[in-house]
Amino acid sequence: MRGDGDAPPPKIRLRGLRKAFNGKVVLDGVDLDVGARRSMVILGGSGSGKSVMLKCILGLIEPDDGAIEIDGRNVLAMSRREREAVNDRIGMLFQNGALFDSLPVWENVCFKLLAQRRIDRRAAREKAAEILALVGLAPEVRDLYPAELSGGMQKRVALARAIAAQPDIILFDEPTTGLDPIMAAVIDGLIVDVVRRLGATAVSITHDMTSARRIGDDAAMLYEGRIVWTGPAASLGQTGNPIVDQFARGEREGPIRMELRR
Amino acid sequence: MGLLLDALAAIGRAVLRACRLAGAVALFALEALSHLVRPPFHGRMFGRAFAEIAYFSLPVVALTAIFTGMVLALQSYTGFSRFNAEGAVANVVVLSITRELGPVLAGLMVAGRIGAAFAAEIGTMRVTDQIDALVTLSTNPMKYLVTPRLLAGTIALPLLVVVADILGVMGGWVIGTFKLDFSSAAYLRSTFDFLEAGDVVHGLVKSAVFGFVVALMGCWCGYTSKGGAQGVGGATTAAVVSSSILILALDYVLTEMFFAR
Ligand SMILES: Nc1ncnc2c1ncn2[C@@H]1O[C@H](COP(=O)(O)OP(=O)(O)O)[C@@H](O)[C@H]1O
Ligand SMILES: [Mg+2]
Repeated sequence: MRGDGDAPPPKIRLRGLRKAFNGKVVLDGVDLDVGARRSMVILGGSGSGKSVMLKCILGLIEPDDGAIEIDGRNVLAMSRREREAVNDRIGMLFQNGALFDSLPVWENVCFKLLAQRRIDRRAAREKAAEILALVGLAPEVRDLYPAELSGGMQKRVALARAIAAQPDIILFDEPTTGLDPIMAAVIDGLIVDVVRRLGATAVSITHDMTSARRIGDDAAMLYEGRIVWTGPAASLGQTGNPIVDQFARGEREGPIRMELRR
Repeated sequence: MGLLLDALAAIGRAVLRACRLAGAVALFALEALSHLVRPPFHGRMFGRAFAEIAYFSLPVVALTAIFTGMVLALQSYTGFSRFNAEGAVANVVVLSITRELGPVLAGLMVAGRIGAAFAAEIGTMRVTDQIDALVTLSTNPMKYLVTPRLLAGTIALPLLVVVADILGVMGGWVIGTFKLDFSSAAYLRSTFDFLEAGDVVHGLVKSAVFGFVVALMGCWCGYTSKGGAQGVGGATTAAVVSSSILILALDYVLTEMFFAR
């Protein structure tokens, strides 16, 4: 597969990824390369399968066909134990945070460290304050419960939880959807900051072009189950690809037809 | 003829669907049980589930048991006095409570409270991606959410039933001595004279099974729920209804098994 001499393999490589639910095709042969330490932004309409794609990478959804390579190794062919070892190096920020509402913030943030016995409960409360500081939250927040936080604070806590175990790869599913523009800018800034600090590879889903240009090095467009375009995130809006340009400019007329009935 | 075949086919499909569902629930239970012997163990989650069942269900189970014991004493007195057999009231109360009503009523009360609570908690976690989040945080959701709850249900319900047995007998004793004019000592003597350890054990075995079933149906319905808040509401109802029916059906099966010996 890799004919490019001794160039390192991409951190994440998807080939021919397919997934259908009850006969409805969602992913129809997705090919995507994400270079190590790059930040890739995935664009695509609602329901186009962006979340499904991330969940395939995480092993939460088993694809019907195709390959997912991480560091050059196909994770779909791995034993369960090997796969878990790979997954341990991936962090995920879910679309609505998915914080555990029965646990205080500090247990949420240090959940993975506690689960892996890398830290005891007393140390975890201290560690949580440290990690919360990285996302601009005061130590007092650690004793609150998720329901007591505003939307922006929940996003920050979820971000803190995603980076707590210092992953190599971080996946962000619509990190700024539902936030006001200023909070969105703050979260984007934090994402750029923590990804750079960790030296991680990032894949982010977003609808928002401003966000996409802020957090992405590269961008890719998912449309009708395939990646139809990849290119620099800075070029969004004048890529010359009619599908991407229509999406980026939010125009009603163009190749993308909204299916109002499915 | 065609109509008959259609009807048979429809019945066949329904039976198949029921079998597939039963199989899926059984596999779910087996997977959860397999985590009992595979570390790590989530003792904290067990403690939480145990407290939820034992502590929060105690008042309602206690009240149910007391009133049931009182009613049993009154009803059996009315019935037995027609045969001049009033002396049997204490026996009837203690046997009915320990063998049958303690486990079944406590089971139904816990099904209403705990089956619903488990389904709602786990269902909410499912539809808000918290279960997926557990996986990404190096935690097996079956091991973390389901196994501790099943264990807690199996242990906590028998303990509740011990309390229900004692309070039920006390309820009967209160009516017996203060309303029906038995002497307190005579009532208690005939309560314990005829009670065998097997009666109590029979009830406790039943209640362990009921506790397992309530926790299992609560976890299953929550774990497999989908479709947002409405889905969670449906899961909650399904958990209560299915565990209540299973309790009554298994009560018959287990009683039959105990009598057969
Ligand atoms: N677990 C699932 N079961 C059935 N259908 C699903 C499942 N997950 C996603 N889908 C369907 O796949 C399509 C894409 O969903 P998703 O990836 O969440 O879209 P988005 O691009 O907005 O994130 C949707 O039509 C959704 O209904
Ligand atoms: Mg999505």
